[in-house]
Amino acid sequence: MKCRRCKSPAVIDVRRHNAAFCKDCFNHHCTEQVRRAIHDFKMLQPEERVLVAVSGGKDSLALWDLLLKAGYQADGLYVGLGIGEYSNESGRFARDFAQSRDLKLIEVDLPQQYGFDIPTGSEAARRAPCSACGLSKRHLFNQAAIDGEYDAVATGHNLDDEAAVLMGNVLRWEEGYLARQYPVLPASEGFAKKVKPLVKLGEREMAAYCVLNGIDYIIEECPMAAGNRHLGYKEILNQLEEQSPGAKTAFLTGFFDRAHQRFADVAVEERQTLQPCAHCDAPTTNDVCAFCRLQVRATGITIGTTS
Amino acid sequence: MNVLLRNPRREIQMPGPTSVSKLLKQLNIVPESVLVICNDELVTRDAQLRDEDSIEIRPVVSGGA
Repeated sequence: MKCRRCKSPAVIDVRRHNAAFCKDCFNHHCTEQVRRAIHDFKMLQPEERVLVAVSGGKDSLALWDLLLKAGYQADGLYVGLGIGEYSNESGRFARDFAQSRDLKLIEVDLPQQYGFDIPTGSEAARRAPCSACGLSKRHLFNQAAIDGEYDAVATGHNLDDEAAVLMGNVLRWEEGYLARQYPVLPASEGFAKKVKPLVKLGEREMAAYCVLNGIDYIIEECPMAAGNRHLGYKEILNQLEEQSPGAKTAFLTGFFDRAHQRFADVAVEERQTLQPCAHCDAPTTNDVCAFCRLQVRATGITIGTTS
Repeated sequence: MNVLLRNPRREIQMPGPTSVSKLLKQLNIVPESVLVICNDELVTRDAQLRDEDSIEIRPVVSGGA
């Protein structure tokens, strides 16, 4: 295969664009897709301070690299989730990336600072591990962004992640989740702005970006995620994509362009019911937020940070 | 050729020469879900693989949301 832009030998094919690229042109492609996502969805202004949620995986480290190359002032945030050797190793990749580039990496350790880890916490609370993990990360990302006075939290959710989430939300017609599924969620009382600049790039492209640019990341899958519903949706979507390149993009962008706005009323209704958590002040629809409830069930002893 | 697979990590021997597409088909792997790295270089699905090549088939699908 030849590179679509310069006709030199290609190293990566991107079927949904009916294209293949050499290393330099692929980097241009990724940079351009991030620039377009930020522009099209009005995610960030050039002077805004960004907190990048990094897991040590390919998406978040590639995102951090791409935002820095685009000129943004971007610091990293790593949350230690206490998932055994997987967390130890993913933390090492995040720290190595930051140290090798002299970047600021903020660390939050769930077991040390909040008294529980994801495996024991999810079991005690009778929640699926990925559910406990997701709600903990959302809470801690938001809190860190507010504490650090960042203008936005950027996460490495890519086209595949968002298409799989959309599939799950549509299958259950989760109107509240559909109302909130968008590449940018503006800041509001108690909430930092959330942006997803990789929404126009697939996870295969992000892995290729890391390989081609010498970014070391944790390749092994989280042991808690094995067999989860999200992976099943991705498998189905990848089979569809193989038969019909561009299917995932059409599904997701069609939702953003033509359907998302139809759930605006639900979002407004939900915002009207928000109130500060009785323990941590985070916005919640209940007296106590989901993270504090998880902490109580997981630890059985206390609420709030223990450090 | 030696082929490294992951999740779980294991190595298998496959006969060459062949193409990336044919190798993935033989292994029943959806091309969209992996990168193929030949002798430490990323390769496209039409690339030809020789019997003496060292191949890594690296999954790209992650489960978090």
